[in-house]
Amino acid sequence: MFSRDAWNEIFETIRKNKLRTFLSGFTVALGILIFVTLFGFGNGLINTFNKFFNEDATNVFYFFPGKTTMPYKGYKSNRQIEFDNTDIADIQKDFPMFLEYISPRISRSNLIRYQAESNNYTTHGVAPSHQFAEKTVIMKGRYLNLKDMKEKSKHVVIGRLVEQDLFGSRNSLGKYVDIGGSAFKVIGVFQDEGGDREERFVYMPYTTRQLIEKNTDKINMIVIGFKPEIGYAGAMAFESNLKKFLKGKKFIHPDDESGFFIRNVADQLEKNQQFTGVLKLIVAFVAIGTIIAGIIGISNIMVFVVKERTKELGIRKALGATPGNVISTILLESVFITTISGFVGMLIGILLLRSLDDRLEDFFITNPYIDTGTAVIATLMLVLFGSIAGYVPASKAARIKPIVALRDE
Amino acid sequence: MIEIKDLHKSYTMGSNVLHVLKGINFKAEDGELVAIMGSSGSGKSTLLNILGMLDEADSGEYTLDGVPIRDLTETKAAKYRNKFLGFVFQSFNLINYKNALENVALPLYYQRMPRKERHDKAMKYLEQVGLKEWAHHLPSELSGGQKQRVAIARAMAAEPKLLLADEPTGALDSTTSYEVMDLIQKINDAGNTILVVTHEEDIAHMCKRIIHLRDGVIVKDEKVEQVRASAYV
Repeated sequence: MFSRDAWNEIFETIRKNKLRTFLSGFTVALGILIFVTLFGFGNGLINTFNKFFNEDATNVFYFFPGKTTMPYKGYKSNRQIEFDNTDIADIQKDFPMFLEYISPRISRSNLIRYQAESNNYTTHGVAPSHQFAEKTVIMKGRYLNLKDMKEKSKHVVIGRLVEQDLFGSRNSLGKYVDIGGSAFKVIGVFQDEGGDREERFVYMPYTTRQLIEKNTDKINMIVIGFKPEIGYAGAMAFESNLKKFLKGKKFIHPDDESGFFIRNVADQLEKNQQFTGVLKLIVAFVAIGTIIAGIIGISNIMVFVVKERTKELGIRKALGATPGNVISTILLESVFITTISGFVGMLIGILLLRSLDDRLEDFFITNPYIDTGTAVIATLMLVLFGSIAGYVPASKAARIKPIVALRDE
Repeated sequence: MIEIKDLHKSYTMGSNVLHVLKGINFKAEDGELVAIMGSSGSGKSTLLNILGMLDEADSGEYTLDGVPIRDLTETKAAKYRNKFLGFVFQSFNLINYKNALENVALPLYYQRMPRKERHDKAMKYLEQVGLKEWAHHLPSELSGGQKQRVAIARAMAAEPKLLLADEPTGALDSTTSYEVMDLIQKINDAGNTILVVTHEEDIAHMCKRIIHLRDGVIVKDEKVEQVRASAYV
């Protein structure tokens, strides 16, 4: 069955029946090409989605202070809750197994000037770990460090667009800018995937901010990063424990949900992942549909091929071809053509995706790709089901009496 | 060489049963050239198809070269056809995308003969039918007579015990018919057993024995004085 002679016979048949070869090869190649392209576009769509919605770290809680709405333990309602440095220290002490990092954030709007240029920017007083929460990327210089915190140094890290606004094409590193009357040294410039707004932020040590504000220990907001390995359920447990702890510490009624607010990115993450999952499902559905269409296409061609060759097969049988010979003649030819053209289609598809790269970003398709494993498995599936589909008419043709086949005109 | 006893065959066409062969008995010895004659519907092609294992009888015995032919599976029938039989058809039945040489070599391929040997042998038989120069032409480039000579070469290439020809001259004009019959006579002269189905008197008389078939039975079985086809060519 797999002798060199059998292959010679098949190659000869393929060479001399170009239309038939072309038709079945084209169907398979096109099927795989469409599959690969669609699958790649689907992945591109998911990429775009992830880029839009998952630019910040997803293992983060934000705690904002609010006002109580219930009296509790002698405190009246409508009391303004404030966070301070001891909260940070307490959380660090009490939740070491959940906590990855914690940072205060004190946000103010300030007029910032360098020489003749000035503008209003949002400044955040933060700790070094804040860099992870916002996924801040340092372009040059460095981020704030623990030494800055301890020495309450007047250092700032400015956004890419702040530098562009105030310094134009000049280098800002080591220069001093005026923030609300004090001179701060620029020690770093950052970029942020979060967009223009976030690239107009200015970060300074929260201790410096507190020093400027009459050495207060109050903070606006607490940013908490939890260990990703605790998972979604762990994050939920952590959140409720934190709530209980802070309510106790701040004397807030256990049922009062307005004393402070939590923005839980993990919740967001869950929703995003669900959406991504739905996208993946749609892509898989379309992809499987394409493959099934391809299989139906190749089955039709196999029926046509066998029909067209009925007389030839009758002659071969009259000359001594066994049913096994007949089936292997048809099947080996079909497997050979589908394999070759399947992989050609796959290769073209992959090259197409690669050449597109980011050119379709305007259509929400970023970096379309297909992993080679998926492409190869899809191709092999088409070949396999193509030959199963070919086997049915082939075995039928093998059973047909030579005399009937010979009469077929 | 061939012995058949009480051969029956009927076809079912819807609700009608058509009894085509109603008990055929005959024997043919080695080296005979037998014509089977009869008008259309007499059952002559059916008989030939059964002899050629292209079709199966309902009942009766058939022995070919001492081998009883019965309980044929497709695979067994294919092996017997390949080993014992050569076919020549009215409509030539050459494979149209293969050239003359490849067509002749095809039965040898199913005998698993190596490629080189196969081609040498096919070429030898093409030379015998006088078509060596046409070896690399496709059937569509050959005349009717040439096609039938290729078919005869193909039938002979496997060196069969028995050559079966079904209306070999049916699609040819009389001059070409005589050329083909001349070839068949020469093959017979070399000692091969040949059965020819025909409804043409002159073709039948170029054989050595004529079996007349009518309505599924043998009505007459006679030895005749062979007319040499070469006299007309």
